[in-house]
Amino acid sequence: MTFIEYKSLTPSQQFAYKMKEFFASIPVGLKGFFGGLLKGLKNLGVKFVEGLKGYGSRFSLGDMSTKISYVVMGFGNFTRGQVGKGLAFLAAEIFYILFMVNFGLIYLDKFDTLGNVQSHQEINEVTGRPMMVPGDNSMLILLYGTLAILITFVFIGVYVANTASAYEAEQTHKAGKKNLTLKEELVDFLDGKYHVTLLSLPVLLISVFTILPLVFMILIAFTNYDRAHVPPGNLFTWVGLQTFRDVFKVSEGASKGYTFMELTKWTIVWAIFATFSNYIIGMILALMINKKSIKFKTLWRTLFVITIAVPQFVSLLLMQQILQDDGVLNVIRGYMGLPAISYFNSTALVARVTVIVINMWVGVPYTILQTSGILMNIPEDLYESARIDGATPVVQFFQITLPYMLFVTTPYLIQTFVGNINNFNVIYLLTNGGPNKDEKLYQAGQTDLLVTWLFKLTMDSNDYNTAAAVGILVFIVCATLSLITFNMSKSSRNEEEFS
Amino acid sequence: MIKSYKLQRTIADVVIYVFLAVLGIIWVSPLIWLVFHSFRAEGGVTVPYVFPKEYTLDNYKLLFTNTDTFDYPRWFLNTFVVAVFSCIISTLSVLMVSYTFSRLRFKSRKMFINIGMVLGMFPGFMTMIALYYLLKAMNLTQTLPALVICYSAGAGLGFAISKGFFDTIPRALDEAATIDGATRNQIFWKIILPMSKPILVYTILTAFIGPWCDFILVKIIMGDKRENYTVAVGLQKMVDREYKQAYFKQFLSGSVLVAIPITILFLKMQNYYVEGVTAGGVKG
Repeated sequence: MTFIEYKSLTPSQQFAYKMKEFFASIPVGLKGFFGGLLKGLKNLGVKFVEGLKGYGSRFSLGDMSTKISYVVMGFGNFTRGQVGKGLAFLAAEIFYILFMVNFGLIYLDKFDTLGNVQSHQEINEVTGRPMMVPGDNSMLILLYGTLAILITFVFIGVYVANTASAYEAEQTHKAGKKNLTLKEELVDFLDGKYHVTLLSLPVLLISVFTILPLVFMILIAFTNYDRAHVPPGNLFTWVGLQTFRDVFKVSEGASKGYTFMELTKWTIVWAIFATFSNYIIGMILALMINKKSIKFKTLWRTLFVITIAVPQFVSLLLMQQILQDDGVLNVIRGYMGLPAISYFNSTALVARVTVIVINMWVGVPYTILQTSGILMNIPEDLYESARIDGATPVVQFFQITLPYMLFVTTPYLIQTFVGNINNFNVIYLLTNGGPNKDEKLYQAGQTDLLVTWLFKLTMDSNDYNTAAAVGILVFIVCATLSLITFNMSKSSRNEEEFS
Repeated sequence: MIKSYKLQRTIADVVIYVFLAVLGIIWVSPLIWLVFHSFRAEGGVTVPYVFPKEYTLDNYKLLFTNTDTFDYPRWFLNTFVVAVFSCIISTLSVLMVSYTFSRLRFKSRKMFINIGMVLGMFPGFMTMIALYYLLKAMNLTQTLPALVICYSAGAGLGFAISKGFFDTIPRALDEAATIDGATRNQIFWKIILPMSKPILVYTILTAFIGPWCDFILVKIIMGDKRENYTVAVGLQKMVDREYKQAYFKQFLSGSVLVAIPITILFLKMQNYYVEGVTAGGVKG
């Protein structure tokens, strides 16, 4: 449907169309998410099988030195004149064996139970006094076990590459050609294999400092690593889906299930209000600033944009101080004869409205920056004909600008929505989750979002497993929404179109 | 008729001017309050009036002289060093990754892009605890290199914007260079990078500003080791309940000092961002 067709519908039809479009895209998004996950896994599986196939056939076809390199890595390359390459493979093998024997196997051995020796007291035979004997550290077993598994995967890749390389060297040799020397091979890394050169360092960094911690935390969600099972004093172990069941189970008193429900509701309300208030007000301001007859455009823009230029922690801490019970805003209210308001500590509603309003102060400038360009692209004749029909600016805004912008910027809106679900700074620095009047909330206040709850669960109460489970759930929601965005913008953003 | 139309327009403009002016004042007033009160001589945390009665430079002087509890100059230096190093590493990673994804065609390129996108969707602090123990195992906790690693290690995942920029550079340039015998390496350094100034500056500035604004990670990694704090965490510490009464005014002046350079850099960055992204890149 083009924009003109869309505009010819009645407002209620337009609304129905938008709604239909959104809800219709949720299953697509979900399907895309899980389908993509499955497809990715399947692709990996297929590649793995293909790799194995080549692995087997190369062994039967290859000659002696190729066969030897199935045990002594790099042997094939070494005997065919590729000394450097051969030695590199050999070094990789030696490193892996040393790593596993001295380090990896010790932890992998206990990976299934995450340790079974608890630290305990024992009478020391020499001194006769009780001494603490350190037990297994489940956390280290899990962390290093995961590391060992990841390194093993990488090593398998290198190992298979080694057999392929040995076989290829043999074939080249048989054909009577000369194998590439180390120098030639290295030169190729600047041209034909340049992607390997460029990607290796970032991929290494991301694997160690993003993927490894992520896998670790995902695994934590399936253990009972909570405040009662904190290493090194205590052990924790695998519990399957129990943590997820706890998060969804509502029971009497303060419970994780109740907290999760309440915080999810508030997170959604927050994300909707924070997104749309910023969007609409930012757009109105952008329209005003960009109106042709308005002068000093740079001045106005700078005035608003300067608030996002200031580091966010400064402006938010500042706001938090200004809004204190005896802060300057209440002083001004005093001048005007109004009673002071406790913005953060009275009721949940006041605190929630406050954070949404302050978030406007923080977020509206972003919308001004992002939408200015698009607003300028709205066909001028739409406005002209509206003016001839006698439409007031307000009518023009709601009948032309807003529908047009919604039509064009839906992906941007969804992205902002996802960003707001994860909006940690505003809540953490302004209210830190407070007020804490609801006794049934577990380790959370009434303005806590799921992400700030996650943070509190790890930092304050050591409920790592719950935090990890909440993180996974937030991820699924965000990933689904992002996929919807991606599908929507796919047609408009073809990466090859400029070339 | 025409006259009244003109009048109507003038009235509309006046309304808009007034509206923008009022809102603009509301918008910057907290920042103005910050600047004024950073020079305040009297009072502790709050005073029952809007503008200070006496002005002084002491708050700024104390920041640099009274360094026993809170070593502001040290924090500033820490942040600067961390920012410089992580800026170098992250800029390189971002450019390398985005160039590869944009210009080079190789097996499993799509898979790498997808993995990168999915990884970017996890909430960042989910990994922090694991990261902490990982750094602890490397004996790096409570040190500045740990911060550099944390800020720059994942930087490669932020390839989207600069990839979008590289996508707009015509591929014919690469092809022409290849025919002339240039390797991919030479194309990257000698052709693409010199054409990418806006996105280069944008990437550098984003990476540089990052460490000045983050506080969560520093808090987790540094713990109670105050001399290795960055400005953000240090300033936050100043308004903790136990120190607030004595250090609030220094918090204000410290905030001003860190906000000025970052604001300037940010405004610069915005220009380049607009140039690099919305202008549609370089014309071939």
